[in-house]
Amino acid sequence: MIRRDVAEVVTAHPLLSGLPAPIIEELAGCARNVAFEAGALLLVEGSPADTFYLLRRGRVAIEVRSPVRGPLVIETTGPGDVVGWSWMVPPYRSQFDARALEPVGAVALDAVCLRTKAAADPSVGYLLLQRVSAVLIDRLQATRLRLLDLYEAPLAR
Amino acid sequence: MRPVLHRVVDRRRESDDVVTLALEPQGGRPWPFRAGQFHMLSAFGVGEAAISVSSPPGDAPVVEHTVRDVGPVTHAMCTAPPGTLVGVRGPFGTDWGIEGAAGDVVVAAGGIGLAPLRGAIHQLLASPRVERVFVVVGARSPAQVMFGEDLEVWATRGARVAVTVDVADRGWRGHVGLVTSLLGPLEYDPARTSALVCGPEIMMRFTARALLDRGVEPSRIRISLERNMQCGLGWCGHCQLGPLLLCRDGPVVTYDGAVPGLLLERER
Repeated sequence: MIRRDVAEVVTAHPLLSGLPAPIIEELAGCARNVAFEAGALLLVEGSPADTFYLLRRGRVAIEVRSPVRGPLVIETTGPGDVVGWSWMVPPYRSQFDARALEPVGAVALDAVCLRTKAAADPSVGYLLLQRVSAVLIDRLQATRLRLLDLYEAPLAR
Repeated sequence: MRPVLHRVVDRRRESDDVVTLALEPQGGRPWPFRAGQFHMLSAFGVGEAAISVSSPPGDAPVVEHTVRDVGPVTHAMCTAPPGTLVGVRGPFGTDWGIEGAAGDVVVAAGGIGLAPLRGAIHQLLASPRVERVFVVVGARSPAQVMFGEDLEVWATRGARVAVTVDVADRGWRGHVGLVTSLLGPLEYDPARTSALVCGPEIMMRFTARALLDRGVEPSRIRISLERNMQCGLGWCGHCQLGPLLLCRDGPVVTYDGAVPGLLLERER
């Protein structure tokens, strides 16, 4: 019953919506519902990337720590977003902190479990890779545009 | 068309390089204008610049313009103390078409692009035909988020308001990311949505694409183009962009036809 609830939540998340039911069932076997209080860390820089999150409610900041300036927010994410992708490639280590800015509800996916299933059935791995790649590309493009400093004043003609 | 004297009666700082000037015509009331149109403002002895009206149309005794200090003319405007006389010509150009708006309206602004939309948002929130107004605003940093009081007023009047910055400071508790990232979670109905977009042209291009991807009709997406406006009447040709003379055929145009390609060009 609990597993079916998780499967419903997984199905409803934009990352995985529309995938065939058998694959959702496979992925749901690696998933569990989790909740975090405001201020809690979902991911910690340098720690093993053995989990990633599908956000259902609440906002999460992707941060990097600076000894002088304290935590610097790189980006904020919200419901429908994915937090964590270092689990996909070696060395499977989180590159940034992810901090709940408010109470957060999410589905936590066990990355070791997913990697094992993807290795056993490459069609599952391919579908998952396609979906996560779309998120990565979207974030990369947004980051590129932010690097342009779009709102800087134009040079006077 | 000669400039008419207006007096600066108030100067309000919006950010470190942006001010809003309230101008009162000498011997009369402001000309009627529509949200999205612009005036040619003269700083005497310096020059003239095209500046969008940032106050809502109506019966107010003053008309407001929000100016960014980017050159000699705008610097003179931004540093003009109350009492200064400036010249005003206009209003010129096309508007946001608020009279025809209905259903859901998404308003997306980047940086000082919120200024030409400010009057339109006030009007949308008063329109009985408009059901939901979504306002998304992107700025470089928290210090450059303009019209803070208006954002609060719009939210209390029912608008869904979301603000994001590219670079946060330690006190910022809001969203951090590109303005397009605010569009995804919005629950507007694409089939009955109009969109008004104003900001840097790259921002407008990507915002328009995000709206198109959700199914908003290109003819219902309006953007505001800025080029080298000079005469304001479509005579001198300085603001020609492809088939458009933007002082006359713009600044507000719909995102269909040749416009997507024109976002990659400078004026001829």
